[in-house]
Order: sequence, then structure tokens, then C-alpha cells
Amino acid sequence: MDTAVTAKKKWWAGGYSPFNVNYGKLMMWYFLLSDAFTFGALLISYGTIRFSSPSWPDPNEVFKSFPGMGHANLPLMFVSLMTFILIMSSVTMVLAVHAGHHRDKKAVAKWLTWTIIGGIAFLSCQAWEWTHLYHEGAWWGRNPFANVDGTVASTNFTNFFFTITGFHGLHVTSGVVLNIVILINVLKGTYEDRGHYEMVEKVGLYWHFVDLVWVFVFTCFYLL
Amino acid sequence: MSNEATLHSQQEVMHGAGAHDHHDHEHHDSFISKYVFSMDHKMIAKQFLITGIIWAIIGAFFSVLFRLQLGYPDATFPWLESILGHWAKGGRITPEAYYALVTMHGTILVFFVLTAGLSGTFSNLLIPLQVGARDMASPFMNCLSYWFFFLASLVMMASLFVQTGPASGGWTMYPPLSALGDASIGSKIGVDLWLTSMALFVVSQLLGGLNYISTILNMRTKGMSMTKMPLTIWSFFFTAVLGVLSFPVLLSGFILLLMDRHAGTSFYLSDIFIAGKALANEGGSAILYQHLFWFLGHPEVYIIILPAMGMVSEVLAISSRKPIFGYLAMIGSLFAICILAFLVWAHHMFVTGLNPFLGAFFVLLTLLIAVPSAIKVFNWITTIWKGNIRFTPASLFSIGFVSTFISGGLTGIWLGNSSIDIHLHDTYFVIAHFHIVMGVSAFFGMFAGIYHWFPKMYGRFMNNTLGYIHFWVTLVGAYLIFWPMHYEGMAGMPRRYFDYSTWTSFNQFEGLNQFISFVVIIVFATQLLFVFNFFYSIFKGRKMTTLNPWKATSLEWTTPIHAGHGNWPGEIPEVHRWAYDYSKDGRDFIPQTEPLGPNESAH
Repeated sequence: MDTAVTAKKKWWAGGYSPFNVNYGKLMMWYFLLSDAFTFGALLISYGTIRFSSPSWPDPNEVFKSFPGMGHANLPLMFVSLMTFILIMSSVTMVLAVHAGHHRDKKAVAKWLTWTIIGGIAFLSCQAWEWTHLYHEGAWWGRNPFANVDGTVASTNFTNFFFTITGFHGLHVTSGVVLNIVILINVLKGTYEDRGHYEMVEKVGLYWHFVDLVWVFVFTCFYLL
Repeated sequence: MSNEATLHSQQEVMHGAGAHDHHDHEHHDSFISKYVFSMDHKMIAKQFLITGIIWAIIGAFFSVLFRLQLGYPDATFPWLESILGHWAKGGRITPEAYYALVTMHGTILVFFVLTAGLSGTFSNLLIPLQVGARDMASPFMNCLSYWFFFLASLVMMASLFVQTGPASGGWTMYPPLSALGDASIGSKIGVDLWLTSMALFVVSQLLGGLNYISTILNMRTKGMSMTKMPLTIWSFFFTAVLGVLSFPVLLSGFILLLMDRHAGTSFYLSDIFIAGKALANEGGSAILYQHLFWFLGHPEVYIIILPAMGMVSEVLAISSRKPIFGYLAMIGSLFAICILAFLVWAHHMFVTGLNPFLGAFFVLLTLLIAVPSAIKVFNWITTIWKGNIRFTPASLFSIGFVSTFISGGLTGIWLGNSSIDIHLHDTYFVIAHFHIVMGVSAFFGMFAGIYHWFPKMYGRFMNNTLGYIHFWVTLVGAYLIFWPMHYEGMAGMPRRYFDYSTWTSFNQFEGLNQFISFVVIIVFATQLLFVFNFFYSIFKGRKMTTLNPWKATSLEWTTPIHAGHGNWPGEIPEVHRWAYDYSKDGRDFIPQTEPLGPNESAH
């Protein structure tokens, strides 16, 4: 009986959300679409400049250090760890959302805490990498790394690297802040009183998006 | 299950709780929460409108100032020195001041008036009222949207008063001129303030746009299917989508520009000499900025014109007492314009070093826009065709809109051809084209909207006689100003020059330029008449006595004359038919809330 009514329901006829979602989630989706264009524009700019340059530094040469390993040649090891941490924090976020569906306050709090720890760990890794590069002489407007063909590189390699990873790091930072706010609300029982943990889902969407963006940033700067 | 719970609580807010709120609000609203940090979409609309009007006066006044220079290059106006100080020594505007004025004129009118002032006002006012919602999806974000706009306004206003003046590299803010503080006096802190202000503006647009989209999709009242919505709502919807997807790209472009200015980067800079000294910057591309800018910049012109199109469609149907012709074609063409808007940006760059082969595709896509535009124009004409037209100021401005949209749009077909563009680019032909099709038309749509919905906003009417004077002077004036510019442009007269009198090729236009400047002053004075009418009518206008003065079908006229927060006392009405049942079955109009009769079929 119930299913028959649902099947006949005219989703677009008004009086009801056509996607069966709350406005907040709809807004989050559109915001992510918008933010995807922000990152898209930055990455396409990077691609444009890179393709118009005769040559470009080799990421295997630039990103080969690991904290505490001295001068060992470990290309892309550290960034792989960073990426792993961030992806694991997405997994814990999924678990938090899942716990929210079951209205399991304790589990939500636990998994959110792990997500926050993951986010902070990622940011700390980024801070270490930036500091390390800075001590090697790299910064906005300064590029010590030569092109792969041995010629002197323009500063745009570091310019784009710091701008885009910095912009992404800013997103991770605001994600961590949001997660902390949500965690406080969970502990205060705000969502328990509200009867649902949708806020965790919404912030989860943002967190996954930031993760997804990292995959592209990682590909563009470390792999290509 | 939790999804059901959230949705259920939302429906409660939408349909039940609002009515309770209504009474409480009337009593507990303080001045601050009612007029300043208001969360009522109707008040926020008024805030956007009045801020927009103030900016419009400033922006238009700037054009009067630089038209004085263009029309009377040898004359001195001592009063200029008393308002502009060292920017107009001896009563003559300096070249630096001239560039600052044209830059600010463009920025103010494109962004602060015709984007925030236009869609900010009418999306806010009409979306909840016409789809049947208590308020926007998130009233708080809506409030934030206005205050971010206000902050952006403050920063932009502040930039007018700094020692080195506001940004003056043109409203497009192209690097390298805008990226290098040493390049000109107008590239110093003015540009930083400009970029800051615009970043705040983008935030405001995003907050507003997300709200418009989710309100239209999620908060429609019972029975209000997407194809029962008035065309105004469709146009606001596409406008918001355009804004949400294109403004972030502009923001990225600005981030890189700001880095170039202050972090020593070379995103847009390469091989540059300033005052004979070579700069170290290498490897960047100035054209990259142009791509990022116009990826917003072109959708932006549709962000400006689509709301006007929607309101004109509505007003024309109401004032000719006929259903809108081709309702679905109107939606389809809005959609087509929305898609094409993202695919034509490089036609602004035909002569900046763009590959001519690539240019060919942009020509094709640009000319394709003529198709949906023509569909709309024919539909408007067919709507008023043999209609029983009531020539209210709103309907006159709507008809004026169709006129200017045609005459400005046709020259767009010229400019969209990359080969003709070699001759016409950066001339007065371009100025004439976009002022008529985007500036004047959008203003006409806005005026139509203001005259039409003023009673809904303030419960009073604007003065009709002043409205008629306003319309005729503005229409005739707009053509007298911009029509001659086509000829100047075809003769090759470049835009953005300070003084043409020293050019043998162009000083033949001395008289014409004087004439244009003279008309500009008259038209500007007439706009002040409109502003007077607007503010006078808020307090002293003829009072509205009936709920539905224009005999319109749409939902906003079912609310009380001074609707409180929540719009409808009691239940939100249910909708049974589209918004264009005019002159149907022997009846003048049938409101959307009336159920279909037994022998009646839906449109």
C-alpha cells in the first residue's frame, strides 16, 4: 500500500523536495559544484602554463624526502603517506555518517574524532613538506629546482604548487574546524534532540569533496 | 529513516510553523532585526534595491563626468575641482581621473547595480512569493548575502577615497597593468581594494545563488510544478545557476592576480619592461587571466539580462491580458542561453592572440545564441500581438526592453564574427552594442520590475505621470546616446581614449560627441526624477486598496498588502494551474489558486 503511494508520488509537483533531500544538503551539493569550478579553474590555469613552458621540473626529484630519513632518495613516499592519511580520514567520516543513521551518538563521536585526527595529521604533514621545501629555497617567486631537461625552470612550478596546495590546505583546515564544531554539537546532544544527524552528513559531503580534490591536486603535481 | 525525519521537520516549518511565527514576529521585531539585520526576504530585497539605487546614482554620475570630458575636451568646469580636488585641476579632469571614472563606472554598474541590485532585489522578493514559500530556504544565509554585498560596497566605496585613487585599468582589470603597482597610479592600492571588494561580492553572490536555487527546487508550494512557475522564477533559477558556476572561476583568477601583485609570482607576467627596466617575471601568460575573467565575464552578461527577460515576460503577459506565447519555448531558450553562456567567452578575445582556428568555433557558438534570443523576441512580440495592452509604465518599459534588446542584439551578430571584429573591436561600436543590449535593456527590465512590483514592496503605487516622462525620455535618450556611437565605431574611433580632438581622423565627431554628452546629462537628470518618484512614493504614493491591482494570476498577489514575515497568514495557497490563464473562457484572468473547472484542461 505504502509503496504504491510512493510510486505514484509526483516528485516535481511542489509541496515536497523533488530529490527527497533537505534544502541544506541541496545547497551543499551546489556549493561543492561551485567549489569544483574554483579548483578546476586553478588546475586548468596550472595546466595551461605548464603546457606552454618548454620544460618542467621532475616531481620525483623535488619530492623525495621523508622526515627523519636524512638524504635518502624516497621519491613520492611522503606524499603517498599524506594521501593515505587523508583517504583514511574519509573512511572514518563514512563510518561517522553511518553511525549517525543509526543514531549511535557514541560511535559518531568516536569516528568524528578519528576524522579530525586524520585531518590534523594531513595538515601537519603538509606543514612539514612546506617547511622542508622552504629550506631548500622554494617559495612563491623562488624556484631552486631545475627543469627535467637541465634548463633553468621558471618560478611557476613553485608558484602553482604553493598556491594550489595552500588553497587545498585552507579547505582542509576549514573542514577540520567544521568537524570540530559538529563534534561539539554531537557531544552536547544537539543532534540527538533534533532527532537526526543530518549535519554530520552535510559536513561529510564537504570532507569527501576536499578529499577528492586532493586526488586531482596529487595527480597534477606529484604524478604528472 | 533519518531522511524522512529531516524532511518531515522541514515540511512542518514550511507549512505549519510559519503561520504561528507570523503573529509573534509582528510584536517582537526590534528596529535592528526588522530593518537592519532582517531575515525577511522582502526586506532583504528592499535593502538590495536601495543599495543598488545608491550605486546606480554614483555610477551614472561618473559617466556624466567623463562624458563632460569627451564632449567638451577644451572647456573647464571649476565646480569639478571643488568635488574632485587634484583629480580635476583647473576644472579639467586629469587623464588618471578619467580612467578611474570609466573603470569604476563599469565595475559599479555591471556588478553592484545590474547583478546585486537586479537579481538580488527581484530574486529575493519574488522567489518565495511566487513559488509559495514562507521565506528563502535559509533566511540567515540570505541576510549574510546582503551584508557581504554591503561589505563589498564599503570596500569599493573606500577605494574611491584613497590617495592614489581607485583601480583604473578598466573594469576587466587585465594584467599586466593591474598586476604591477608601478605600472600606473591606478594600479596601486586601488586594485587591492577592488580585488578585496570583488571577492566579498563573489561570496555574497554564492550565498544568494545557493539560496535561490534550493528555494526554487525544494520549497515550491503544493501543486506548483516546475512548469507551473511564472517565467520570472525560471529566469532567476538560471541566473543563479550561472552565478554559482561562473563566479568561482573569477575568484580563482583574482587569487592568482593578488599573488602576482604581492607574492612575487608570475602567473600572468612574462617579459615585461617598466620604464625601460626589465622585470624578472617569466613564464606567465596575460591571456590566461583573460580566459579566467571571461569565463565569468560572459555568463555575467546573462546574469544581468536573464532576470530582466523573466520580468518582461511576466509584465508583457499581464499588461496585454494574454497568455505568454510559447511558455515552454521560453524556458527552453533560457536553458539554451544558459548552456551557451559558458561556451562563448573567447569571443571577447578574438584579437588578443587567440588562435584564429579556435576563434572559428567561438564564432559558431556565439552566433548560435541568436537562435534562442530570437525565439524569445518573437514570443514577446507574439504575446503582445493583438493584445488588449494596458500601457502602464511597467508595460512601456517592457516593450522598450524588447526594442533595445533587438537593436542591441543585432549588432552582436556583427561583433560575434571574428573577422569583422578585427575592425570593430575596442571601438565605440562595441560600447554602443553592449550598452544597448545589456545596459539599457537590463535597466528597462529593472524599471519594469520596480514599477510593477512596487505596490507589493511598499503597499503604494509610484506616480504614473513621472513614470511616463521617465520612460519616454530614457528610451529616446538611450537611442540618441548610443545610436551615433555605432557610426563613430565603424569609423574606427577607439574606446577608452581621453581626448579625441587631437586626432585628425576623429575630430570630425566633435559635434556628435558634444551632442551625446548633452543627452547624457538630460537622461541622468531624468533618472534622478525616477529616484525622487521612488522615494517619494514609499511615503506619499497612492495607497494600494485592492490585493491584486494588475489583475495578475500569480501567487504574490494573494498575500496581504503589508505581508508579515511568513507571507501568508494561515495556510500557503495550493496551486492548480499555470500562471498565464489570461482571457480564458471569457474570463479576464484566472488566479493560479483556482482549481481547474470540470470542462477545463490544463494548458
